[in-house]
Amino acid sequence: MKLLILLVIILAVIAIAQLTKVYELSRSLRKNKEEEISAADNKLNANLMLVWMFLFFVGTVFLYVRYGDYLPVSASEHGADVDKLMNVNIWMVTVSFFIVNFFLFYFAWKYQFKKGRKAKFFAHDNRLEMLWTLVPGVLLAFVIVYGLITWNKITGPASADAIQIELYSRQFDWTARYPGENKTFGTASYNLISTSNPLGLVTKEGIRAKMDELDAQIENVEHQLAENKLMPLMPESYVATLEDKVSRLKRHKQRIADIDENSVNGISTWESGNDDRLVKGEMHIPVNKEIEFIFRSQDVIHSAFMPHFRSQMNSVPGVATRMKMTPTVTTAEMRKITGNDSFNYILLCNKVCGAAHFNMQMKIVVESETDYNAWVAKQKMFKAPEVKETADTTLANEPKKDTLATAMGAK
Amino acid sequence: MEATENTHAQDHGHHHHKESFISKYVFSMDHKMISKQFLITAIVMGVVAVMLSIFFRLQLGWPGEKFQILNAFLGDKWAPDGILDRNAYLAMVTIHGTIMVFFVLTGGLSGTFANLLIPLQIGARDMASGFLNMLSYWFFAVSSIIMLASLFVEGGAASGGWTIYPPLSALPQAMPGSGMGMTLWLISMVLFVASSLLGGLNYVVTIINLRAKGMKMTRLPLTIWAIFVTAILGVLSFPVLVSAVVLLLMDRSMGTAFYLSDIFIQGEALDVTGGSPLLFQHLFWFLGHPEVYIVLLPALGISSEVIATNSRKPIFGYKAMIGSILAIGFLSFIVWGHHMYITGMNPFLGSVFVFTTLLIAIPSAVKAFNYITTLWQGNVRFTPAMLFSIGLVSTFVTGGLTGIILADSALDVNVHDTYFVVAHFHIVMGMSAIFGMFAGVYHWFPKMYGRMLNTKLGYAHFWLTLVCGFGVFFPMHFIGMAGAPRRYYSFSEFEFLDWVMDLNPYISIFALVGGAAQILFLVNFFHSIFYGQKASQNPWQSNTLEWTTPVQHMHGNWPGALPEVHRWAYDYSNPEHEEDFVPQVVPLKPGEHAH
Ligand code: HEM
Ligand SMILES: [Cu+2]
Ligand SMILES: [Cu+2]
Repeated sequence: MKLLILLVIILAVIAIAQLTKVYELSRSLRKNKEEEISAADNKLNANLMLVWMFLFFVGTVFLYVRYGDYLPVSASEHGADVDKLMNVNIWMVTVSFFIVNFFLFYFAWKYQFKKGRKAKFFAHDNRLEMLWTLVPGVLLAFVIVYGLITWNKITGPASADAIQIELYSRQFDWTARYPGENKTFGTASYNLISTSNPLGLVTKEGIRAKMDELDAQIENVEHQLAENKLMPLMPESYVATLEDKVSRLKRHKQRIADIDENSVNGISTWESGNDDRLVKGEMHIPVNKEIEFIFRSQDVIHSAFMPHFRSQMNSVPGVATRMKMTPTVTTAEMRKITGNDSFNYILLCNKVCGAAHFNMQMKIVVESETDYNAWVAKQKMFKAPEVKETADTTLANEPKKDTLATAMGAK
Repeated sequence: MEATENTHAQDHGHHHHKESFISKYVFSMDHKMISKQFLITAIVMGVVAVMLSIFFRLQLGWPGEKFQILNAFLGDKWAPDGILDRNAYLAMVTIHGTIMVFFVLTGGLSGTFANLLIPLQIGARDMASGFLNMLSYWFFAVSSIIMLASLFVEGGAASGGWTIYPPLSALPQAMPGSGMGMTLWLISMVLFVASSLLGGLNYVVTIINLRAKGMKMTRLPLTIWAIFVTAILGVLSFPVLVSAVVLLLMDRSMGTAFYLSDIFIQGEALDVTGGSPLLFQHLFWFLGHPEVYIVLLPALGISSEVIATNSRKPIFGYKAMIGSILAIGFLSFIVWGHHMYITGMNPFLGSVFVFTTLLIAIPSAVKAFNYITTLWQGNVRFTPAMLFSIGLVSTFVTGGLTGIILADSALDVNVHDTYFVVAHFHIVMGMSAIFGMFAGVYHWFPKMYGRMLNTKLGYAHFWLTLVCGFGVFFPMHFIGMAGAPRRYYSFSEFEFLDWVMDLNPYISIFALVGGAAQILFLVNFFHSIFYGQKASQNPWQSNTLEWTTPVQHMHGNWPGALPEVHRWAYDYSNPEHEEDFVPQVVPLKPGEHAH
């Protein structure tokens, strides 16, 4: 392959060098002026217009035939509507593409320069101009109306009995959270995120542990500052950094203190998270049930793209976004449809988010509701870490990579 | 008449003959020289942007393959063993896009042709303010240098895509490119916007105030109309980008939280709450969408002029063309939300943007049909400029049509941020505007340098560029429809895409050949500046005023009095005249009715 590329490049360079030589030659041979396009040149370019049009159209047809089945049949309910809309649009666009390009290149060829002929002085024609304002207008009105009908169908609030699943994104993986038996997500706060609590679920113990940890850090820094008061050894700027650090840690504490405790379905939102299931690497969803996804992000914007379900939604830090979808084809059925025994649905990240953006994916398994329920029940529950009386007084950063295994193991 | 002409010429000679090299070539205030400065700078930036695209196309075409040439250019840090680094990939893509959109097709295209054509085509001695015009170029030059310099800093250039969405772009912890490289990107853009605003205000003021006697707005060539509306769009939208950029700079270095909220990154819960990343997107696209028309409209203006001249026919539907430009300009301000259908924006708001976006297709269609009707029953002369203009109509139509799919929110969900988008905008914006720019260079080279470009090389350049351009971008539609996201370093991690990825090596080969074809243009351009055949005064038998000036450049453009305009710019093949063109300065014959 490399050889081939090299060959192509070398050939291209040689060809171009030759062309430049031709230029020098033709310069000395030429009698007519640069600005007068010779009859031969006009003819050549006019004919090339037709040749190009032919290649362009054949190439397009080839690509449609060879690559036109872009994705297997839609695996979601709304996806079927979307595909219909897509096909109608593609037809319209493709037909217009052929017609307009045809007239362009055909006219260029047909009306090539002839000496002595005078062009038709045709400056405007209200009827024609009206025609090609109205025809696109009518077609577009149709596209708009049809498109918006579909759009309204696929957006809007999910029904009350939809299954809720949270998709949580961060550099560079996805976590699916299921609300567990109590069907209620526990509150989460980014202020409580730690190695053992990667989503920052709120629990009494978790708050206490985090507060203790922050207190210890504050104490440590204040201690350093106090010592420096007695014997000023630190440079000014470092003192300022430490003072800044104390106030940041204090604000962090304040934000934790501000987390409200509510009650949903009779359970405190600080407790309803205890039975939440956090799963990485693979997400299961039941077939023929409406699902409402809730997206949250830990760090930067990501986008959950599920091409087989014709679904996509951004995951934005600070704002929860939502999307509903009803899968209609199980993984097993899709394997039959595609004739590929190792087929898997997939969730891709589709908003650039850093170095490993191109590989931030998650497998999706669609199965019957019973299988799904059994699978969820098998996943480990989240439980807040036990309160540790931390004597940890170092200022060391937390480890950068948290693993879910520790989170699960903490129960 | 003779006498006044002479005194004026002497007058001018007297004022300006003691020019130093610096004031003539460097800090020039002459619009023609400034135009050339913009063009040459844009060509240099264009070469860089194409090289960057070749680098990452090598990676996309043959992922994991070792290319010593990458190592030679990028060094061990960014291309160890000749394999492009993942962060370097994103940096190349980002800078490629930024340079192409802003430096080549905004600064370069508008800067070159607005400066060259406004005074010459409206019959003015120069721009309203030569000094602001000079500043405009120098801001552009400095911002170009900063943007290029950002490629060499520790951590690499900005890497969050040309749209630099925060929080990714706001947090140096998020990726190496969000460090120094991003700071330079932002500074460069602020200077760039300053350049655009200085230029734009000048263009608007000049067009409104300095038209020659008889040059009514309804007699302006379409190039000037297009540049006029472009300048207004720029003046109204670029300040919004500056505010977006300044707020981002503050979030980065002053601890504000305009765009940031609830973020935990690299083991730390950040001390910022209450901002919204979506605010940035609204601000960015409030510029960003008009920006694509800022790129496109001048190219459409150039092609209108070139197609009419070389079809030897009036442009069809002159008034409708002006109306379309105005309609596109107006609508371009109320469609920005089509970039945000899946950000969680209210779906009803999405519907409104679907409606306004699809409305733009109507004036665009009118323009396309009018171009084609201009060819009909014409006497088409294939100059290289004409070829590029015909190519532009094809790319404008082909790329515009896929825009209908992207505008439809229900469909955009499926193709948003995929290679379908890459295909769409490269064809409708990238290829069209580049073709318009080439058309302009081939057409007005005699006016800029007093010499002709070689036609044969021009032909080869056009056909190779057309074939390779479509060869690169057309297949990307299919890759995108199959679900391949953009800004991906490699597609080797996904089985479901394997079957379309066999297109990638072919795309890369087209890109290599297409890139090499640009050497033809460079050779032709730089060679002809010095050795090209001498041009005559009106080489294309054109009607517009610039061809009534002497071939040799002079300050003030016309040796005598300013020309007086008696007719519109498109009296080609007018049956009431013998010749197939009637320059705008020719008075109406007795009994002839003006158009
Ligand atoms: C030399 C010919 C060109 C080639 C081979 C090329 C190729 C590409 C490719 C493959 C990408 C997508 C990379 C990715 O998403 O990972 C890209 C991005 C881009 N290109 Fe080009 N391109 C060319 C010329 C142009 C031109 C003329 C423009 C002018 C509009 C342009 C503007 C952009 C922009 C705005 C992006 C998006 C950058 C981003 O994602 O932030 N390119 N180019
Ligand atoms: Cu990502
Ligand atoms: Cu837009």
